[in-house]
Amino acid sequence: MKHTISVLVENHSGVLSRISGLFSRRGFNIDSLAVGVTEDPSISRMTIVVDGNDYTVEQVEKQLNKLIDVIKVRTIPSEELVTRELVLVKVQVETSQRSEVMDLVKIMGGKIIDISRTTLTIEMTDTTAQIALLEDLLSPYRVVEVARTGLIAVQKGAVTIHKK
Amino acid sequence: MPVRLTGSPGHRIIVENISFTGIPAGERESGGKRMKITGAEAMVKCLENEGVSVVFGYPGATICPFYDRLSHSPIRHVLVRHEQNAGHAASGYARISGKVGVCAATSGPGALNLITALATAYMDSIPLVAITGQVQSDLLGRDVFQEADITGAAEPFTKHSFLIKDVTELPRIFKEAFYIASTGRPGPVLIDIPIDIQQAEFDFSYPAGVSIRGYKPSTKGHVVQMKRVVDAITHSERPVICAGGGVIAAGAKRELREYAEKCGIPVVSTMMGIGVLPSGHPLYLGMLGTYGTSAANLAIGEADLLIIIGARVGDRAVATPGMLSQRTQVIHIDIDPAEIGKNMGTAIPLVGDAKQILTQLYDMTPGTDFSQWLLQARQWREEVSFDLGERKGYINPRAFIRSLSAALPDDAVIVSDVGQNQIWTANHCNVRPGGRFFTTGGMGTMGYAIPAAVGAKFADPGRMVVAVCGDGAFQMQMMELATVCQENLNLKIILMKNGQLGMIRELQKKQYKGNYMAVGLDGGPDYGKIAGAYGIRAAGIREQSQAGEAIEEMLSHDGPYLLQCLVRPDEPSL
Repeated sequence: MKHTISVLVENHSGVLSRISGLFSRRGFNIDSLAVGVTEDPSISRMTIVVDGNDYTVEQVEKQLNKLIDVIKVRTIPSEELVTRELVLVKVQVETSQRSEVMDLVKIMGGKIIDISRTTLTIEMTDTTAQIALLEDLLSPYRVVEVARTGLIAVQKGAVTIHKK
Repeated sequence: MPVRLTGSPGHRIIVENISFTGIPAGERESGGKRMKITGAEAMVKCLENEGVSVVFGYPGATICPFYDRLSHSPIRHVLVRHEQNAGHAASGYARISGKVGVCAATSGPGALNLITALATAYMDSIPLVAITGQVQSDLLGRDVFQEADITGAAEPFTKHSFLIKDVTELPRIFKEAFYIASTGRPGPVLIDIPIDIQQAEFDFSYPAGVSIRGYKPSTKGHVVQMKRVVDAITHSERPVICAGGGVIAAGAKRELREYAEKCGIPVVSTMMGIGVLPSGHPLYLGMLGTYGTSAANLAIGEADLLIIIGARVGDRAVATPGMLSQRTQVIHIDIDPAEIGKNMGTAIPLVGDAKQILTQLYDMTPGTDFSQWLLQARQWREEVSFDLGERKGYINPRAFIRSLSAALPDDAVIVSDVGQNQIWTANHCNVRPGGRFFTTGGMGTMGYAIPAAVGAKFADPGRMVVAVCGDGAFQMQMMELATVCQENLNLKIILMKNGQLGMIRELQKKQYKGNYMAVGLDGGPDYGKIAGAYGIRAAGIREQSQAGEAIEEMLSHDGPYLLQCLVRPDEPSL
């Protein structure tokens, strides 16, 4: 089962390696990990998607909390989360196929952000499921490059990671 | 002056240091005016502010600025003969003094040699601060001479680590390092300091306190959980307390004894917990686990409530935690929330400091009566039997440890190494009130006993300290005989000589059909002559009848002493 864990950490060098090292040596599997600075420039926020049972998630949380650089750890149930991921897909298309690909992208709520004689580059920001759907729809074409950011998430409503 | 092995712009700075450090420290601080000092001098001042009295270490080029300033401090430096032993000595010091142990090494190989000691301390939750020199900060990452990413390499084995890149942060980092090492679940903290940071000048002031937003260890028990604990105890029929090293680390031996006595609950200990109750205490059933006593293991097996305090439930203590937690209700009390539920399912978790929690529980728990159960436990204890019989031409190590223990003063410190000698010592040393046994519990690091005993001796020079090791591990640490001599330490070393890596031989006998591979220690030297070469008096015995006199002679000798006991190659651990 997938769990989304939000972690606030000190924004300095070495923190990412501490966290990734912890995951590898304790044998936790990460599906994705996204990092960026927060509203407080001294704090970074990591969103980690972990695959595992309740025991694993409890251990991940506890072991993360032991790291001095970790300020806060929160696992929020998926139904209480709004999540987004950004994907860039480069597709090789014949001129004749362009408009049908553009139609697909439009239906999916994506954008064409770059074009060449032989390729289209598509940007889409959405949930992991929608991005998977886009990739599926594009699979009949020649996808030559994919870059994804990994999932980021915040809790729905007025609650924040800082206060319940 | 530091020996620079890399030609670099740093030279100029060193020259400035020399002219500066010619002024005595007292003059520079007179009138309360803040004056610029070097990072190296600040390091020494930080240690002085933390009440450090001894540093175990081994110098090298990149830590020389620190050593230069350390020579002007009342802090004593003990030169070990291998950096790993600096860490072990600091560990032994910490375990007896209750203070943070400090060790120092240079960059690259010096720092890397510390890692095993850091890992050993980390497993056993020993508070250490390790200081390492590092190459010049602007050369980091260029693979210069004696450069190693030590903060990266030691990351899995330290509670926290710092690489100082700005000298003005040095005092805060030292303050935080000592705070992190000694609070919550104690552990080793590494501070890596590039040589140019040690040479840089800045305005020094030592912070009064620390505030680390990601580190707020909780020590007081949660009241609701405490009530559940009390409720479970009063409703149980066959409770057992399993006490670990956390009880000793928390300084809660007395609180544990008083609580166990008030409730009349039998106590077993892990290897790290040996000494929580005196060995002869009527409630004590001995060590549990693979190498433990039958009484302790029977009590754990029959208990309907297991109260684990300050223990990790390691595999050597509880081989099948899953089965045990299915038939027994488990209360787990620990300062580290991550230990609760890690190895064993827990019905009632309780996070906090063992001393505080036991004090609180003492007041909350009404009088209980487990006399029937206790009677059973005592009977099991009576039935514990070990083979103490004579060996012709050899020493029975169990009987020897008993004789040794009986002859030692009550407050003696016994440090065991790892292997069969550890099991013999753990099961047969008689820890009396005020006495102490300790060893490398979690990591099982060969070569621990002598350097750790050196550290223990510095923590309490007046106390009798005995190191017990086998001939395998002795050869991993015998370079420390030089430290013992140089510091003229009155340290007693017992060498259980069976010419074998005995525990592995035993394993190969049981699990590999007696296919003994690489466990024979043929080619070992005459250890008595080795000791003699250092000017250390030595003796050897091979009959139990010689033990009493030999122990007497060793203990009455004023100075270091090596006593070899010839042990049968196939002598089992239990």
